[in-house]
Amino acid sequence: MPLIDPTVVDLSRLQFALTALYHFLFVPLTLGMTMILAAMETTYVITGKQVYKDMTQFWGKLFGINFAIGVATGLTMEFEFGTNWSMFSHFVGDVFGTPLAIEGLMAFFMESTFIGLMFFGWDRLSKPAHLAITYLVALASNLSALWILIANGFMQDPKGASFNPDTMRMQFNSFVQLVFSPDAQAKFVHTSIAGFVTGAMFVMGVSAYYLLTNRHKEFAARSIRMAAVFGLISTLAVVTLGDALGRLDDLLQPTKIAAIEGLWHTTTSPAAPWLVAALPDDKTQSNVFEIGVPYVLTPLITHTFDKSIPGLIDLEGAAGPKILNGIKAIDALQQYSTTHDAASLATFKQYEDDMGYGFLAQQNAPNQDLNAITPAEMPAVVQQTELDTVPNVFVTFWAFRIMMFLGFYFIALFAFMAYFSLKNQLENNRFLLKLCMISIPAPILACEFGWITAEAGRQPWSVYGWLPTFQAASSHNVGYMVFSLIGFALLYSLFIAAELYLMFKYARLGPQSHDHAAPVAGTGALPMFAKPGFAAKSWE
Amino acid sequence: MEIYVALKIIWAVLLGVLLTGLAVMVGMDMGVGTLLRFVGKNDAERRTALNIIGPHWDGNQVWFILGGGAIFAAFPTLYATSFSVFYVVMILLLFSMIMRPVAFEYRSKVDAKSWRATWDWAFLISGAVPMIIYGAAFGNVLEGVGFHYGWTGQYYQGESFLSYLLNPFAVMCGVMSLSLSIYQGGTFLMLRGVEPIYSRARLFASCGGLLAAVIFAVGGLWVSHLNGYVFTGAVNPGMQATPLGGPAVAVQAGAWLNNYNNHPILWLAPVLGFVGMLAGTLALRLHLKVLAWWLGAVAWAGTISTVGFAMFPFLMPSSTNPSQSLTVWNATGSAYNLGWMLFFAAVFVPIILSYTSWAFYVMRGKVKTETIVNDPHSY
Repeated sequence: MPLIDPTVVDLSRLQFALTALYHFLFVPLTLGMTMILAAMETTYVITGKQVYKDMTQFWGKLFGINFAIGVATGLTMEFEFGTNWSMFSHFVGDVFGTPLAIEGLMAFFMESTFIGLMFFGWDRLSKPAHLAITYLVALASNLSALWILIANGFMQDPKGASFNPDTMRMQFNSFVQLVFSPDAQAKFVHTSIAGFVTGAMFVMGVSAYYLLTNRHKEFAARSIRMAAVFGLISTLAVVTLGDALGRLDDLLQPTKIAAIEGLWHTTTSPAAPWLVAALPDDKTQSNVFEIGVPYVLTPLITHTFDKSIPGLIDLEGAAGPKILNGIKAIDALQQYSTTHDAASLATFKQYEDDMGYGFLAQQNAPNQDLNAITPAEMPAVVQQTELDTVPNVFVTFWAFRIMMFLGFYFIALFAFMAYFSLKNQLENNRFLLKLCMISIPAPILACEFGWITAEAGRQPWSVYGWLPTFQAASSHNVGYMVFSLIGFALLYSLFIAAELYLMFKYARLGPQSHDHAAPVAGTGALPMFAKPGFAAKSWE
Repeated sequence: MEIYVALKIIWAVLLGVLLTGLAVMVGMDMGVGTLLRFVGKNDAERRTALNIIGPHWDGNQVWFILGGGAIFAAFPTLYATSFSVFYVVMILLLFSMIMRPVAFEYRSKVDAKSWRATWDWAFLISGAVPMIIYGAAFGNVLEGVGFHYGWTGQYYQGESFLSYLLNPFAVMCGVMSLSLSIYQGGTFLMLRGVEPIYSRARLFASCGGLLAAVIFAVGGLWVSHLNGYVFTGAVNPGMQATPLGGPAVAVQAGAWLNNYNNHPILWLAPVLGFVGMLAGTLALRLHLKVLAWWLGAVAWAGTISTVGFAMFPFLMPSSTNPSQSLTVWNATGSAYNLGWMLFFAAVFVPIILSYTSWAFYVMRGKVKTETIVNDPHSY
């Protein structure tokens, strides 16, 4: 069984990473905006005030511009498991495909069918019926996050399936374990609420622009108040869930948590510092420099003062016996695949839990053949494979820190905005308003770095402990990959250009309604792209 | 084991239902996209055509997404192999598909002529290309596909993508699929549209229905001479699902008709297909739009079951290593997985069908150009 060309693996990873990160530029805003739209429309239905309907429709319009690309690029994600990760799909499809199918049945149909009515049904549905539709869209988009993260949770911590040597794949055996995987549940809440933060920042930032340009002031002030309070609560929840995830990773993925903390050596005392900044060097397996705060790391990760946290170098050493077992498991499995004899099956069963480490060792075996390793070569193969068991520390360490620092910045920003909004002093704080405007992309950035932490930190595995990423790819030739990468680069660049153009155009244009006159003339009142005739047109 | 066999057969049937639902619902939107430049001569007319499917295209598209997800879960090996083996074609399908949601949402948000003209071309591409590829995939699968597996189940490619792209039989199937989608889309444009869209759509839909019937007949004759696949070894339908070490498979010309010869009742499927296409076209001429729409769905159901009955139990035969062909017996998920999936399908499909019908009911009636042009929410 020859390995896939490493260039093809790298290009497949690059394509998946780029398309997933691109898709995830749009998802958090969708998750958050559906909730915010539901809240705004609820206020409209209860108070009957036109301004809340205007808010719902205006933010709904911006939501739609964002949503379209989210839908389009989501299609790519579903295809890519099959088109580029054939071995992954074969290996875990029996358990990983199921939440994706349920996501379609339970969430996508509901979201997509009702979103049509949400946009087109204003005049055809009663107020409560339309409100119910908006709630169903919000519920559905968050349900879809639940199911996709259950699938992702299986990659992080494979629960609910066991390996079947007769079919050479993971076989689904516990729906309950799959769905209630702690990693999946914590990550679902963490990710969904991160979306709420993104939505809140978006509404707050665009509204701040109206206050700064002296337009739609009532509309903007109301939008900011809702967004700031909603954003503050959400960010606090995100941080809490992030802490829970860290605790889980400590238990389930020690290599990830050690990489996140730049921890090369196991901690021996509670005084171990939490690194604020460091320059981890993956080659020398040490930090070139580090600045830390003592007595923070141990309680942060273990929620105790006395437990130790394993460092990467010690984790690598601990993988040695697993690698030896894994090689035995794979050898026995290969034997069993042709003979189907009881003896090799028994040998396989004995070492089954470590089979992933055998897959991992294959790239270091002479001629990529685990059977061909001589006893003399074995120590070198094991030693080389030990180094392969940990993720890239520099990337994981900094991706996590950027996400986390941004999170604390959001808490401060939302808190200040909520305070000044409640005191009706927003307009005097032009600096804060400008900060809100330029902070619009920051939560999206934080979400992206969150993903990088989760997925880069999971390496070298595509399914933690079972299937290494380089084994999971499809056996394409380089030309295929170049073709698809160039196509994605072109199409996605055009999409984002069109998206930003429309976002700016419609955000500048601002909300319009019967109750609100056309934009107040003044500095920057007329949007750059808007034609005067269009600006004066009513929204209804 | 008997339960496992039953589950495998149920999921093979559900696969057919899913592929039919996808073809009818997504095909309808694709047909409208393809026809957009032809039924609408000016911007107002094109916007009217777009807004006829505007409230529904997103929901319809989920049939396509669910198709992918359900094949992933219920037929993991089929998903892993077919998506990779057709890589270049699949990526082309994807590129054309992903233009569509963006085109809907963005086209009418800018007034410039060139902007809108560009997106109108995107509708044509994103309507026609996926339907041609959808049909061509059936054609390629009927002919057998070049692939084999290593001992871990990793698939290996056995053929260049050019043989999938430049393949006359497959291209013919692609044109048939496009014709049916034009029929379905045209019929829906008649249901919700007014003149002049109505008459233009009627013309295209009628041509689509007739062309599909002609190709269906030619394709049937072609398949009767095509190489089919038959088991020569002992088959155990309750086998563990793996393409490795399965029974021997032989390649024989005309073998795809074996099921029909053994069970003549299966001829009902192609008959149903022809009835759908021909009676549907007749219904269009008589302005029986609702009937014509449903007859289009019958045409799809007849066509897809014709292919399914011909191939059963084969799903995707391997031309380079026939004994590793994917079948209903060796390519499904585990019994546990199929059971849970069946439960979710049984609960949610009726719910989905009811709210989808309700959504069509809410948006019922003719879409008029005046309302579209004055409504800022419209596409």
